[in-house]
Amino acid sequence: MSTPPYADELNLCLCHTCGLACDMTFEPHECERCGAPLHRRKTNSLTRTWAYMIAALVFYIPANLLPVMNTKMVGNGADSTIMSGVLEFWEAGAWDIALIIFIASIAVPGIKFVAITLLLVTVQRDSEWARKERSTLYRFVEVIGYWSMLDVIVVALVASLVKFQALADIEPRPGILFFGLVVVFTMLSAMSFDPRLIWDKERENPHNEEVTDEVTSH
Amino acid sequence: MATTDQLIICEHCDSVYQKATLAKHQKTLCTRCGGVLQRYNGLTVEQRLALTFTALMLWIFANFYPVMSISLKGVKNSATLWDSVLALSMGPITFIAMVAAIAMIIAPIFQLLLLIWVLGFALGGRRSPGFKLSMRWLETLRPWSMLEVCLLGAMVAVIKLAGLLDVLPGIGLFALAALSLMMIRIAGRDIRELWDLV
Repeated sequence: MSTPPYADELNLCLCHTCGLACDMTFEPHECERCGAPLHRRKTNSLTRTWAYMIAALVFYIPANLLPVMNTKMVGNGADSTIMSGVLEFWEAGAWDIALIIFIASIAVPGIKFVAITLLLVTVQRDSEWARKERSTLYRFVEVIGYWSMLDVIVVALVASLVKFQALADIEPRPGILFFGLVVVFTMLSAMSFDPRLIWDKERENPHNEEVTDEVTSH
Repeated sequence: MATTDQLIICEHCDSVYQKATLAKHQKTLCTRCGGVLQRYNGLTVEQRLALTFTALMLWIFANFYPVMSISLKGVKNSATLWDSVLALSMGPITFIAMVAAIAMIIAPIFQLLLLIWVLGFALGGRRSPGFKLSMRWLETLRPWSMLEVCLLGAMVAVIKLAGLLDVLPGIGLFALAALSLMMIRIAGRDIRELWDLV
């Protein structure tokens, strides 16, 4: 199979903002078409990705432990966390809604932590393992990115609607702030990661993959 | 420079390809990493501009009409998107109200206004003033505009409250549904084609 050349080999650089293939002969610092800064690779990609992800991981703890909202019905107040919201739906028989909230609020951030860590560690170890699949994994992380905002929006809408003074009142609680921060920081983390790093080492030994395949088949 | 115009670089692995002309429903994939390189886009500038104006109307409906209203023992209450942002802004958690406001209201309206600005001039075959800046902002805003999530959130909220009291979906919810679908079509990354058109 004929493999396409890498941008570096042709002395080109992709502009991330407008998609132009920029000629790097004179080492320009900006894209000549849209004026956005040009980088062959995102600057400090790995450090930034780690930093944002660890920040998100720290916020993930209060996000799950602290209550996200308080429901007051005829004077009796009750705090609820994200997980207790899921369980409430589950016990009421609404398993589909319980599943949607569980996936958006608990599974998606969890998957993102695992996936980003996997991508970072394999890139740092110059791994040749499953490059194409890792690229797909990165695209998947980008796609699921913002769906965790779901709970923030649900709490906001519910809290703004249920305002009947003594009869019934729902208020947001600090857990939702940490939850929102988890979403923002995991998004920043995924944006900082440069998926091209997965392929960078292939260029130095282009036939490595075939060779290792043979070795493992023995 | 004439030679690099016809080249396309895969953003996921840096492979270089020649641009291909696509027919309906076709897309090109990178042979190295499997990422999408090009996707067929059937919208002309006129069509996209028309859809953007429609979306602007829908945005107005989605923001000025209540998303839903509820009633409890004869007392009625309704909330717009902005009301829900305000509900978050109380107390120490104001920051999250700002994020929600950007995701649900501010980013989409800026996307729409910028699109009208650049497309309006592109209709006459010209680049708008501040074209570069507008196009760059359209790229920056895209990941932070979360109308689809907002729509799903509103639907979950309807079901969540339906167990406690009477819930009536409002005009805002239907406008939001139509708007979020339209945004996917008009504000996607294919607006980059404008660079080649004008």
